[in-house]
Amino acid sequence: MSKIKVNGNEQEISNPISLTELIALNNVAQPSMVSIQLNGEFVVRDDYDSTLVKEGDEVDFLYFMGGGSKTPNLRQLTDKL
Amino acid sequence: MDFTEEQIQRYSRHILLQDVGVEGQEKINNGKVLIVGAGGLGAPIALYLAAAGVGTIGIIDGDVVDLSNLQRQVIHFTPDVNKPKVISAKEKINLINPDVKVITYQKLLTAENALEIINDYDFVVDGTDNFPVKFLINDACVIAKKPFSHGGILRFDGQTLTYVPGSACYRCLFHSPPPPNAVPTCSQAGVLGAIAGMLGTIQAAEVLKYLTGVGDLLTNRLLTFNAKTMEFRTIKAKPTASCPVCGTHPTVTGLIDYEQAVCDIESHRKQKH
Repeated sequence: MSKIKVNGNEQEISNPISLTELIALNNVAQPSMVSIQLNGEFVVRDDYDSTLVKEGDEVDFLYFMGGGSKTPNLRQLTDKL
Repeated sequence: MDFTEEQIQRYSRHILLQDVGVEGQEKINNGKVLIVGAGGLGAPIALYLAAAGVGTIGIIDGDVVDLSNLQRQVIHFTPDVNKPKVISAKEKINLINPDVKVITYQKLLTAENALEIINDYDFVVDGTDNFPVKFLINDACVIAKKPFSHGGILRFDGQTLTYVPGSACYRCLFHSPPPPNAVPTCSQAGVLGAIAGMLGTIQAAEVLKYLTGVGDLLTNRLLTFNAKTMEFRTIKAKPTASCPVCGTHPTVTGLIDYEQAVCDIESHRKQKH
């Protein structure tokens, strides 16, 4: 078992795993909506498969955040209204 | 500049602040700030900068006020529905502080007009709701060596980063816009209204710090918070050598109008079924 930090929280992983696997392990809903820093360094998306996370690494998932505008027609989306 | 008695009273709480004082307040009154977007973030930013006496506030937004905006865009009131946002915002700014000169641009910021518009300002604030314009602001400010504040909100979360020439830019952390079809779908979107105020006031504070030179800006740090846990975090960032716009071999040397993703009913249906 290796201890790493994901977004500041300690997490245990069984083996060195790739960033792609770490994304899946953390149930990131929309992987294309995160950017990743590994030990403070930006990682290019194309390298997520080949970049391995190991003991002591610090990973930050940075989420793309817009502004929450563009309102859909809620009545068509939900029966709750 | 010489302050009138009225101004001394109006700005007394700034003038009393040791780090700001008369000199700092003068800098604020001489400041020129462009706010891109008169929405959830732009509203608190504009209100606080107006109250603080920022000399010139430019506001660019092509939209009109919609009823669904009022849940968080606190500069717009119910009678403003259907009014251009920049006009509605200008009216409130003038009511708060007649000292402020307001310049309105009722249009979108585009690759064509961005450099010309930001050129007139000391600082640019990103209060937009979409990635094409967020990247456009970043690129324009990096190219024009103009400081700016990035802000983003989603659901219960917010993030902000301040850029000054030489510090990590938005692309150092986010490289390029997410694919348009990946942008949060309707079912995952939405935003707690007060989040916009929390983030917008942080951005406004950064503007005032920049203008007065007080404190340490939020440069090379991405501040994020989640309102559900009320935990705030700063993630260290540094200029990235491979950054497409500020790196050692930039590939973005001109401005780009990226495709706009639309969270509409059709795309939601497609996702649902």
